[in-house]
Amino acid sequence: MTLLRVEEMSIEFGGVHAIEDLSFVIEPGAIHSIIGPNGAGKTTLFNLITGLYRASRGRIMFEDRDIGGQPPHRLARLGLSRTFQNLQIFFRMTAIENVMVGRHLHESRNVLAHLLRLPAVVRQNQRTSAKARELLDFVGLADDADVAAGAMPYGALKRLEIARALAVEPKMLLLDEPAAGCNPVETQEIDHLIQQIAKTGVTVVLVEHDMRLVMNVSTHILVLDAGRKLAEGSAAEVRANPAVIAAYLGAQGQRELARAQG
Amino acid sequence: MAALRQPRTGGLLVLAAIIAVLPFLLPNAYYFDVVILVGINALVVVGLNLLIGYAGQISLGHAGFFGLGAYASAVLPARFDIPPLAALVLGAIGVGLLAVVIGRPILRLKGHYLAVATLGMGLLIFMLLSNEQDLTGGPDGMAVQRLTILGYKLHGVHTWYWIVGGALLTGTWLALNLIDSPTGRALRALHDSEIAAQVNGVDVVRHKLTVFVISAVFASLAGSLSAHYSGFITPNSAGFLHSIELVTMVVLGGMGSTFGGIVGAAVLTALPQFLTVFHEYEHAALGLIMMVCMIYLRDGLLPSLRQRLHWRRS
Ligand SMILES: Nc1ncnc2c1ncn2[C@@H]1O[C@H](COP(=O)(O)OP(=O)(O)O)[C@@H](O)[C@H]1O
Ligand SMILES: [Mg+2]
Repeated sequence: MTLLRVEEMSIEFGGVHAIEDLSFVIEPGAIHSIIGPNGAGKTTLFNLITGLYRASRGRIMFEDRDIGGQPPHRLARLGLSRTFQNLQIFFRMTAIENVMVGRHLHESRNVLAHLLRLPAVVRQNQRTSAKARELLDFVGLADDADVAAGAMPYGALKRLEIARALAVEPKMLLLDEPAAGCNPVETQEIDHLIQQIAKTGVTVVLVEHDMRLVMNVSTHILVLDAGRKLAEGSAAEVRANPAVIAAYLGAQGQRELARAQG
Repeated sequence: MAALRQPRTGGLLVLAAIIAVLPFLLPNAYYFDVVILVGINALVVVGLNLLIGYAGQISLGHAGFFGLGAYASAVLPARFDIPPLAALVLGAIGVGLLAVVIGRPILRLKGHYLAVATLGMGLLIFMLLSNEQDLTGGPDGMAVQRLTILGYKLHGVHTWYWIVGGALLTGTWLALNLIDSPTGRALRALHDSEIAAQVNGVDVVRHKLTVFVISAVFASLAGSLSAHYSGFITPNSAGFLHSIELVTMVVLGGMGSTFGGIVGAAVLTALPQFLTVFHEYEHAALGLIMMVCMIYLRDGLLPSLRQRLHWRRS
């Protein structure tokens, strides 16, 4: 079964066609990258898929179900989760509490039981915090569990968002520039992390500017330009596509590409 | 022992200890009266702090819910022969339902817009209580019957001290429970980032409504207690100034600090009682305190104090 199917989707802001007549599919498994220059519409596409924006035309199907117009928290329940290009951290909460919020859908939502702190709630808190600790460990933040998120460095927060998104136990995880602003060592760690996540069976959709990382991890690449599909295929196919080289990669990109290949 | 050092358990024990010891230190009925007023305000503030301090949603109209609770306890027994205790419960249920109806449309608003909408809500309730002369006695107010439990009439500052103390302790316990639960985490999360909360599965609209209702019910119950204790109420209990006082208590004590809110309530309730100078300039003083807090003590009294102590120790 196709995991995600986008059909002839468009959205515009004022006069800007941020996404225009875009169709593509994402098959389950492995790592799918979406690349394109700044303003190509990658983040907008993520916002559409996760229900933060509503398409003006077209359809989005998740596991053959039309999910157009569903609010984000419902989509999370269906198995979609994401990170943000501009960090969306709960700064007043500790690292572990941030990840615990990601367990929300796996917890009981009986407010009366919460108010009375029934024994079941106490046990559930313990389970949630154990699971969150596991995930912090997985992303390499085990020592920061009780640190206020507001006091953590940028690179750590990028990984904290990944841990929180994984806590949802998504079928599809969308990562919006997880390595942006990270130094080469941190980028390598994130590269490793993404591959490990894919190995657990989660379908990863990756938006990333670091070409070396993209070419390294992706099984499938979709190239956007000005809201439209420019090309798609395997890393090798996209690399060889003349339209991609001309329109997107340019001189700077070609240098990066050469480095990635070399 | 480890549990004692937790802010949750430790704080509750300290509060219980203060409530238990205070009666032996208070010299006369006047002091009891002040402390009871503190407790009633603190009960509202504990609920309001869930809404403002934890979930980050402002309300400038919560005195309206307080007033409705108070008038339910006054009007239902006097005009409809409903026993006072049942009136208190009916009032709380009615206010909860009203909070759902009002909250649904206005909680979609943010920041200033929400502030203005809740302000309007408070004014509306105030006008209603002032204008329904036949039911409420209008601006002159009305007398309230004594609260009877199992045929026993509750009166005297000592009895009321324990009732209000017990209510405050219970309310604080409930609030702390909520904060350390999935609902509480969802509320704190949506305070910092609504979109991140949403994509993590939090139904933001539902959670805002939940905390709005809970805080309204806290206010209603406190209003009922206040009405029975003082034996007389006027629409001013639902007025704008009272709403502002309540918000100032939250801000002064510390937004997002349950015990801080109680300290805020204690300071702002007790000060005008003991400083007559303060009394004359009460409104000006409230404004000044708000300004000073925002400039120098953004975290509020208790959290700032705690930070400073922590700082010195380490
Ligand atoms: N909420 C919005 N309001 C107005 N314009 C927007 C909004 N979101 C995105 N856009 C516009 O859509 C285009 C694509 O932006 P974006 O998706 O952020 O690009 P990318 O992530 O590929 O860099 C840009 O021109 C951007 O200004
Ligand atoms: Mg982007």
